[in-house]
Formats: sequence, C-alpha cells, structure tokens
Amino acid sequence: MADWFAMGGYAGFVWPAYLLAVVVLAGNIVSPLRRFQRLRKALLEQPYDQETT
Amino acid sequence: MTDPSITSWHRFAAASTFLPWAERWLPWLGIATAVLLVGGLTWGLVIAPADYQQGESYRIIFVHVPSAWMSMFVYVAMAVASAVYLTWNIKLADSFAAAAAPLGGWFTFLALTTGSLWGRPMWGAWWVWDARLTSELLLLFLYLGVIGLRASVDEPRRAARAAALLAVFGVINVPIIHYSVIWWNTLHQPPTITKFDQPSMHLSMLLPLLVCAIAFTCYFATAVLLRMRCDLLEKEKERRWLKRIYGDPSVSVETLK
Repeated sequence: MADWFAMGGYAGFVWPAYLLAVVVLAGNIVSPLRRFQRLRKALLEQPYDQETT
Repeated sequence: MTDPSITSWHRFAAASTFLPWAERWLPWLGIATAVLLVGGLTWGLVIAPADYQQGESYRIIFVHVPSAWMSMFVYVAMAVASAVYLTWNIKLADSFAAAAAPLGGWFTFLALTTGSLWGRPMWGAWWVWDARLTSELLLLFLYLGVIGLRASVDEPRRAARAAALLAVFGVINVPIIHYSVIWWNTLHQPPTITKFDQPSMHLSMLLPLLVCAIAFTCYFATAVLLRMRCDLLEKEKERRWLKRIYGDPSVSVETLK
C-alpha cells in the first residue's frame, strides 16, 4: 500500500496531478449546483406575476 | 421574422423544451460520470501495469490525455455552436457556447499542468516551447479570449456575437494542435492512439485510458448542462414557465401566447 502510494518515487508528480484534476472537476460541478439552488430560491420567492416582456 | 408564431416558439424553446429535457437527463449523466470516472481512474492507478520505461509516472496519462482530448473536443463543439448562433440566431446555441467556454478552459489548464507534472520527471523540464505545448497554450488563450470578450462587451447580443466570432476563427488551432507532433520536430511524443494503423499502446493501458476519456465526456455533458440551466434560469424572461418547471406545476401558462 505504501509502495503504491509512493508511485515508484514519482509520488510528488503523480498525486498533485490527480489532486488538481479532482479539485477542478469537482469545483465545476459544485459551483453551478450551488448557483442553481440560489437562483431557484430567488425564482420561487418572486411575486407570482412578475414577467418582463 | 415578424411572424408571431415563430417568435413565440423561439421565446419558449429554451425554458419549455430544453430545461425539462435537461432535468430528465442530468441525474443519469451524473451517475454515469461518477461510475466511469471512479472506475476508470482506479483502473489506471491501481490495476494497470507500470510502464517499463517510465515506471509509475506514466499514470498521469489517465488525467492528462482525457483532459487534452476534451480541451480540443470542447473547443470544436463551442465553435460549431457559435457558427450555428451566428447563422440562425438560436439562443440555445449561444447558451451552450457560453457554458462550454469555461469548461474547455479548465480542461486545457488541466492538460497543461498535468502535462507539466509529467514532463518534469520524464523530460527534465516543466515546460518546452515545442509545437504541441505551444499550440495547446494558445488554445488556453483563445478560451480566455472568448470568455473575456463575452464578459467585457456591455450589450449582450454584441457580446455573444464577438465571442462567437473568436470561437469560430480560433478553431483552426485545433487541427494544428493535433498534427503538431507530425508536422514539427517535437519533444512531445507522436500519436500512439489516433494513428489509423494499430495503436502502439498496450491494451492493459489503452482500455482504462478509453474509459477515462468516456468518463470525461460524460462529465462535460453533465457540467455543461448544469451551467446552461443556471444561465437560462437567470436570463429566461418567461418566469411563469420556469416557475412551472421548478416550483409549482399548477402555474397556468394559458395566457402566454
């Protein structure tokens, strides 16, 4: 297990690469999800007949 | 374009048709992404054998190559959507292009940084100005340009047009990236997978790589729909359609023409 984590001595390159990928990918899911929750809340709290045409 | 029935259909196309469709597909795309991503990356990190030349460092390939492929694929998709928008003025195409741009930028960023982390131990350099790396960096600048143009032009339609034009013109860079390793002398290795004869990568490594590539594609579909949903929720003027989809299905829409 420790051997696998050491990645043959390349751990200092492999793990930052994977970490970067996970952070970027996760962020681009979480961010729009949270924005959606906020927008939906604002939409439903709006007075019923507010329409701009 | 003054026929009211056409105008009304265009106005409703986003909220009433696209959003319910997106809502139906998002959970499945999300599940597929999670399964393929976890499965593919585990396969590559744990199960696939080490490389006889590069040892374990080659495993960066499982995030680097899918990111690079997506950086190019997303740009082409964005350029096509931009061309559609410029030609037929379809708002949904512009919404897709606007959502795709930041995602493509992130994929390009990942390709460059994971590539750098791979290059340092293997080539001894964090960066070289060879044709592949330079054209991929140019791709990042193009993405930033498209995003920046849209953000900096005040009038929304002009902003969308400007971004679309840059997207379309910039697409010439994508075949340059792809063929760079053939046309020029590059440190970056030549194609091993997209060659038309047999790929020179062993199946034990190629298969998890392909799974990761499909995973990244599902991921892009999920992420772009999530962004488009926010964009439409913000911009769609027919609030009653939105309330009907996201809140109260009993909201009446008969008075809308």
